[in-house]
Amino acid sequence: MALTRPQVQVRPLRTGGPRPRLGGALLGRLLALAALIGLSLLILYPALWMVSTSLKQDAQVLEYPPRWIPNPVVWGNYAKAWASAPFTRYAINSLLYALSVSFGTVLSCSLAAYGFAKLRFPGRDFLFLVLLSTMMIPGLVTMVPQYVLFSKLGWINTYLPLIVPSFFAGAFFTFLLRQYFLGIPNELLEAARVDGANELWIWARVVLPLATPALATVAIFTFDGTWNDYVNPLLYLNDERLYPLQVGLATFRSANDTQWQLLMAASVLVLLPVVVIFFVFQKYFIEGASLTGSVKG
Amino acid sequence: MSRAAPAPIFRPRRRGLNGRQREALWGYLFIAPWLIGFLAFVLGPMLFSLYTSFTNYDITSRFDWVGVRNYVGLFTQDSRFWKALGNTAYYATFAVPLGIATGLLIATLLNQQVPGQRLFRTIFFLPKVLTGVAVLLLWLWVFNPQVGLINTALYRLGVNENNLPLWFGDPVWSKPALIIMSMWTAAGSFMFYLAALKGVPRDLYESAQIDGASPVRQFWAVTVPLISPVIFFKLITGISAAMQFWSESLVLTKGGPSDSTLFYGLYIWQTAFTDLRMGYASAMAWILLLITLAITGVQLWLSKRWVHYEGEVR
Repeated sequence: MALTRPQVQVRPLRTGGPRPRLGGALLGRLLALAALIGLSLLILYPALWMVSTSLKQDAQVLEYPPRWIPNPVVWGNYAKAWASAPFTRYAINSLLYALSVSFGTVLSCSLAAYGFAKLRFPGRDFLFLVLLSTMMIPGLVTMVPQYVLFSKLGWINTYLPLIVPSFFAGAFFTFLLRQYFLGIPNELLEAARVDGANELWIWARVVLPLATPALATVAIFTFDGTWNDYVNPLLYLNDERLYPLQVGLATFRSANDTQWQLLMAASVLVLLPVVVIFFVFQKYFIEGASLTGSVKG
Repeated sequence: MSRAAPAPIFRPRRRGLNGRQREALWGYLFIAPWLIGFLAFVLGPMLFSLYTSFTNYDITSRFDWVGVRNYVGLFTQDSRFWKALGNTAYYATFAVPLGIATGLLIATLLNQQVPGQRLFRTIFFLPKVLTGVAVLLLWLWVFNPQVGLINTALYRLGVNENNLPLWFGDPVWSKPALIIMSMWTAAGSFMFYLAALKGVPRDLYESAQIDGASPVRQFWAVTVPLISPVIFFKLITGISAAMQFWSESLVLTKGGPSDSTLFYGLYIWQTAFTDLRMGYASAMAWILLLITLAITGVQLWLSKRWVHYEGEVR
C-alpha cells in the first residue's frame, strides 16, 4: 500500500480543471480541525475528570455544579488509596506477570514466525492455515476446558496457567511477526548459512536484530494487554497475596464504593505505567496498529 | 506499510536431499512451540469441550453422557439463554457499525491537511491503551445518574431532572451505556482506516470533482469502495469480538439490572464457574462457535458484492 502517497482529499486543484476552489478547501480544513478538536476533547474529558476527581476533597466530589480544579488539591488521596489495600504487592505481581508473558510471547512467536517465514517443510502451508483459522475461535470455547486442565494439573492459585501458555506462540503475533520476517532478504540468511551458521544462530543473530521494531511492538502490546487483564487472573487466583493490580482494584472498589476520590486515585496509579509506556513507545504502538491494519482479508 | 514481501517461489540455493531434510527438521523445531500449544491449549480443549457438551460434567465427580439434552434444554427451557443471546445481538448490532463509523470519521478528518496531526493521533489512540478495571471504574463514574459527567451535561442542556437516564441502573439504558463506552474505545481504531485512506489515489477525487461530485458523494462513491477491504476486515473481527463482549459487564453490572447486561459470555462464565455446570457451559460455547462461523460465512459470501480488491491478488 502506498503510504507515501500525498494524502489530501479536499484541496485546491493545482493545474487545469475547473476553477481552484481555494476558499472551499480552506473552509473544509477548518471544519475538520474544529471537529477534531471537539472529538479529542470528548476522548480526553473522562480521563481528565478522573485525574481531577482523584485530587478532590471528600465533600467536593459530589458538589454541584462540579468544579474542574479542585480546591484544595488533595495529593494525599494517592498515598491514602495506595495504603488502604496491599497495592504494592499487587503492583509487583502485575509487573512480574506482564514481563513474563511479554518475554514468553516474543520468544515463542518469533521462533514460530521464523519457521513459517523462512524455512521450508512439508505441511507448512497447511499448518499456517490452521494457525490463521485459530484466530476465529472464540476464547470462550477453550476457557472451560483450559480451566479443567490447569486445575487437574494443580495449577490453581499459581501464575502458571497465566504465564505458561504465552510460551507456546499465540496465532496473532506469530502471524504479525511472520509478515515482518518475510520482508527480511533471504540473501542475508544464505550468507550466514554459507558461513556455517545453523538456523538457531541465524534466528538469534541475524533475524531478531533486524526485527527489533516488530519485536518491540509485540512486547509492548502484550505488556499492555497483560497489565490490563482482569478475567484470567480472577479465574485462576483466589489468594489475595497473588492478585495483580486489576483484581486488587476490583476488590478495592467493592470495599470503597462511595469514596470516588480514592477509587479514582487508585485507578490513576494503576493506569500510570501504561500511560508512561504509551508516551515513550508511541512510535511502536502506532506502527503496530498500522501493521495489523495492513492485514487485509 | 508494505514491509511484507511475498514469499519467494523458489530459492536460489541448491542443496542435496540432506540439506532439504535438515531444513525441514529445523522448520518443525521452530514451529514446535506453536504446534504443541495448539494441540494442548486449542485443539485438545476444543475436543474436550465438544465431548463435555454432551455430558453433565460439573468438575467434581459426575461425567455422565446426556446426549443432546444440554442443547435441547438451552433452546427450549432456558429463557436466560435467549435473553443473553438477545443482549449480545443487540450489542453487536449497534456497537460494531457505530465503532466503524467512529474510527472512519476520525480517520477521514485526520486525512485532511490539518495542523497538529501527531497530537491528534496520540489523543485518539489513547483509548486503545487505556483499558482494564481502572477505566471501567471511570465509566461507572461517568454514567453515575446523580453526579456523573453525562447526566450533569444533559441536565445543563435542559433535560428535566426526572427524565435523566439511570444508565447502569435501568434495564433500558444499561446496554446503550455500554455501547457509548465501546465507541470511545473504537476511536483508537482510526489507524486502520487512515492507512487505507492514504492509499486512495488522488486523481480519482480529481475526476470526481470535475464531474461535480460533492464531498459527501465522493466519500460514498470513491472512498468507501476503495477502502472496503479494511471495513470488511473490521466488520469480521468486530462482530467476532462483539459476540464475546462480556468481561466489562462482569465488572460493571454483574449482568444486571434484570439481566439486561447478561451477555452470552457472562452467562457462560456464570454457568461454568459459579454454578459449576461445565457440560452445560460447554454446549453454550459450542453454540457460540457455530454462530460465529455462520456469521463469518455469510459475510464472506456477501462480501463479493461490495468489497473491492483493487489490483490485489488474493
